[in-house]
Amino acid sequence: MTVISFQEHFDEKIDKDQTIEPKDWMPEDYRKTLIRQISQHAHSEIVGMLPEGNWISRAPTLRRKAVLLAKVQDEAGHGLYLYSAAETLGISRDEMYAQLHSGKAKYSSIFNYPTITWADMGAVGWLVDGAAIMNQVPLCRTSYGPYARAMVRVCKEESFHQRQGFEIMLNLSKGTEVQRKMAQDAFNRWWWPSLMMFGPPDAESPNTENSVRWRIKRFTNDELRQKFVDVTVEQAKILGLTVPDKDLKWNEERGHYDFGVIDWAEFKNVVKGNGPCNRQRLETRKKAWEEGQWVRDAAMAHAEKRKARKASAASTLAEANAA
Amino acid sequence: MDSTTNNSEWPLWEVFIRSKAGLDHKHAGSLHAPDYEMAIENARDVYTRRMEGVSIWVVESKNIHASDPGQSASMYEPANDKIYRHPTFYNLPDEVKYM
Repeated sequence: MTVISFQEHFDEKIDKDQTIEPKDWMPEDYRKTLIRQISQHAHSEIVGMLPEGNWISRAPTLRRKAVLLAKVQDEAGHGLYLYSAAETLGISRDEMYAQLHSGKAKYSSIFNYPTITWADMGAVGWLVDGAAIMNQVPLCRTSYGPYARAMVRVCKEESFHQRQGFEIMLNLSKGTEVQRKMAQDAFNRWWWPSLMMFGPPDAESPNTENSVRWRIKRFTNDELRQKFVDVTVEQAKILGLTVPDKDLKWNEERGHYDFGVIDWAEFKNVVKGNGPCNRQRLETRKKAWEEGQWVRDAAMAHAEKRKARKASAASTLAEANAA
Repeated sequence: MDSTTNNSEWPLWEVFIRSKAGLDHKHAGSLHAPDYEMAIENARDVYTRRMEGVSIWVVESKNIHASDPGQSASMYEPANDKIYRHPTFYNLPDEVKYM
């Protein structure tokens, strides 16, 4: 087959909504786009453990602590599923880590905001995981097989994350005046960054067109953002909290909520590395990687020792049998 | 793929899980581990946190050999014209039940 017919075969598969698998021919740009998107997604899961890890030792009850631990452990797992999916495209795990640590690869900017009160654990679960789910559900049908299968697993596990966050917000909003204020304050701080999680507006999103064509993405950034606003505003009513947007209004004609202008200058600034916690997050990751070197070495040494011990036991046995 | 392989990385393993007694092991995903014993332990933590399995197989990824998707057409072609291998190929009178 010539390159053109490879391309035609690939296009036909995409048009028929068939999945692309690791050994299938794929255009170089498709491979690159996927590596970028999947590794960025994996990094987000891993860095996403940090803002919540901050609260494990200070969770208000044993139940909350167990839940938070389980959630953070899930996120480590999600990172691993996604790194594995990216590896099928021919990039190594170490290479991806190196890209994260050098700042070459990005992760979701939302994790560059601090978690300063317990209510932030509620807001992160409710809003950040809520936005993530909105993004991730369509990815369960994305065109690249290993990515889609990883996302099915992630989505199954993710829904408890949002529910536990909403439950924290619900308890606080029904609590004392101080607790209610704490919930509102967390909502105020996390609302806009959560809307930014869907990425730049469609008109300025350089990757959207190809990604939609290749069925990597099934909805545009703006479509998903609108869906999130519509759903979340109703949930805020149940909590009795006020959406921190004076321009928020139901638009009868569109059948959607209109919402205020997002501060994209802030978004770009955080992506560039100037958010409140960018430096701290990366330093923590690098430190964990460097200080974990001895664990990786020790596990490898242990495996080799175990192998040698088995080999010598086997040869002793063979000698005994011969004698 | 070799250009990106790093020798200090733990080997890659494919994980297969039997979700309950009586069912096949099914591919769940992959992970890195220094040897098969640690691969099984890691697989338990990564792939069975919600009782998804009662048995785990791990196979080092380099030991898996796959058919070539480029050859699929000719590979599976012999089965195309053998519809008589399916029970629906045979016309039986309505009176015959349970066959």
